Amino acid sequence: MAIGSRLAAQTALIPAMLIALVVYCGSTGWTIWISLTSSRMLPNNNFVGLRQYEILFANERWQVSVQNLALFGAMFIVLALALGFFLAVLIDQRVRAEDLLRSVFLYPFSMSFIVTGLAWRWLLDPTLGIAKIAHDIGFESIQFDWLVRQDRVIFTLLAAAIWHAAGLVMAIMLSGLRGIDQEIWKATRIDGIPAWRTYIFIVIPMLKGSFATATILMATSVVRLYDLSVAMTNGGPGIASEVPAKFVMDNLFERQNIGLATAAATSMLITVVAVVAPLLYAQNRAAAKAAG
Amino acid sequence: MFPTRKMLLCAAAATIMGAAAAQAQTAEVIHWWTSGGESAAVKVFADQYAKAGGKWVDTAIAGGPNARTAAINRTIGGNPPTAMQFNTGKQFDELVEGGLLADVDAVAAQQNWKAIIPPAILEAVVRNGHAYAVPINIHGQNWFFTSNAVMQKSGAAEPKNWDELFVALDKIKAAGFIPIAFGDQKNWERNMFNNVLAGVGGAEGFTALWGKRDAAYVKSADFRKVAETYRRLKNYVDPGAPGRNWNDAAAMVISGKAGMHMMGDWAKGEFTAAGQSPGKDYGCFVLSNRGGGYVMGGDVFAFPKSKSADVGKAQTLLASTMLAPETQIAFAQKKGSIPSRQDVDSSTLDTCAQKAMVFVKDKAQQIPANELLSPPAVTGAVEDVISAYWNDASMTTDAFVAKVITALNQAL
Repeated sequence: MAIGSRLAAQTALIPAMLIALVVYCGSTGWTIWISLTSSRMLPNNNFVGLRQYEILFANERWQVSVQNLALFGAMFIVLALALGFFLAVLIDQRVRAEDLLRSVFLYPFSMSFIVTGLAWRWLLDPTLGIAKIAHDIGFESIQFDWLVRQDRVIFTLLAAAIWHAAGLVMAIMLSGLRGIDQEIWKATRIDGIPAWRTYIFIVIPMLKGSFATATILMATSVVRLYDLSVAMTNGGPGIASEVPAKFVMDNLFERQNIGLATAAATSMLITVVAVVAPLLYAQNRAAAKAAG
Repeated sequence: MFPTRKMLLCAAAATIMGAAAAQAQTAEVIHWWTSGGESAAVKVFADQYAKAGGKWVDTAIAGGPNARTAAINRTIGGNPPTAMQFNTGKQFDELVEGGLLADVDAVAAQQNWKAIIPPAILEAVVRNGHAYAVPINIHGQNWFFTSNAVMQKSGAAEPKNWDELFVALDKIKAAGFIPIAFGDQKNWERNMFNNVLAGVGGAEGFTALWGKRDAAYVKSADFRKVAETYRRLKNYVDPGAPGRNWNDAAAMVISGKAGMHMMGDWAKGEFTAAGQSPGKDYGCFVLSNRGGGYVMGGDVFAFPKSKSADVGKAQTLLASTMLAPETQIAFAQKKGSIPSRQDVDSSTLDTCAQKAMVFVKDKAQQIPANELLSPPAVTGAVEDVISAYWNDASMTTDAFVAKVITALNQAL
């Protein structure tokens, strides 16, 4: 019977709803409440209004963290999409060792950020990695100390993160490319359109879905960026490669300042909501319009 | 043949008694002593506890903040260890306020701590008249360790003040060695700054910054001198320093690659583990422009409250074992610290430890470490500023002063 099966379906959903409500919404609400109190190591209920937020925005390390994340995030998404798409196009040319190459490019994504960060740190260490090999071979003048330079260290994180994620973007793009109707290729060949124009003006617009998927996946790892910063530079040199998630974690535990940490976490949440909400709204409007 | 009922009963009784006996004295201890010298030292505690009839379960977690975080989370979460390590000072304040720690007044009374432990250290473990942690050592944080070989080859003399220090460092640099071996991580940047603060700013400067958080002192010419001296040290550190661990930096002095290492006397444990002895292979001194000043900190063990009487017994046994005179001497020899109880025979300790005992006996020389003076939130905020100042050559001393004042008002 229709009513019975609907009731069964709704009942089956109750645990998931409870989890979403209690764990997700409840924890978020509690976090926001703690950010309005003067909690240190343990939570207390002394309401202090927005004082923690005042301290937060005056904190130079937080300002640097946010700037780093904005710069890192924008460049990471753009470059990883570009590199991933480029790799997918190359693999799509029906190369011989396609399976092997796909695995090789996708392999970095299976590594944790800690391993990635540590390996890249050793590679880029001015006294250990690539620079030392170059010196030993004889190229004494090669200097690559971006890992310990205040103004360049964020780019080393960028390199490690792009290396990590390019394979995943490539895999998503490849499946999208494979889904393109072969007739399109035949048509463009008959019309005499060069391949690069086909890719840029015809194929990329057709892959909107793949680009959206890849962008969302990478955006979540951008916001969560913590272990890469810890493994590569531990926020250094100084505070040059600090990121917001590391600020939250350090204050939650080592600094015994959960009031400040939850204020930082709430700020991150508000930023994400501010970016995502208009997108969702626009999507809903478009869907409603399409449905008539 | 099948076991008779009697045999079964005996076996069951033996198992229960054995289990109870094993449980009564099992102590799971969380600590962060994972380097070579530190492991040898904590083994002294484990062996002595085993001799006293206990079973030591070692939960070593690398990195002080990581170990403290794990211990605090487990205590709050309801699965506490039997004992957990903290630095002497304010790190466990809120655990006491939350009623999560068992007091050790019984052990304190039985061993008469008031008579044998220096007042500053004893005050640091007492809250509201009750003792909540066992102070097991006293570490000095502002030592210089020098390699005798490097100093001789460079013709550098052991400096008596900070001006002479730079003369010596220049000589070491000219001879081709690395002047200062540095493990460049945030907390050691702060430790080095504190060394300069105690040596150039003196006890008044140190307590003005960390204890009173006095903005007027931070704006003073005295503090600026401290900051500029700190900045000068950067010229004597090698480019491979960022990210290096402190014990790897100590190893550079031990192996004769570097001349000096500014570190607390826990570094002595590394020299001892490498078979070196003070006077013969390495030198140790505290450098002050103002007649002295020994930055005193150390480690304590705190005991989470437990409803189980067995755990309570294990905690009492552990506490009294850790402070027994033989344990204290053996531990101090391996760790590089001095015993927290001053009534032990210190003639078996090395010459650096003897110097330390003299400092600790003189109240005028005692500077409480910043862990005793300021809560982790404020310490961390100032540490961020010090780290930025060390690493960013374009930051002016004026900007540094302004940021330190902001950081001192960071926590509610």
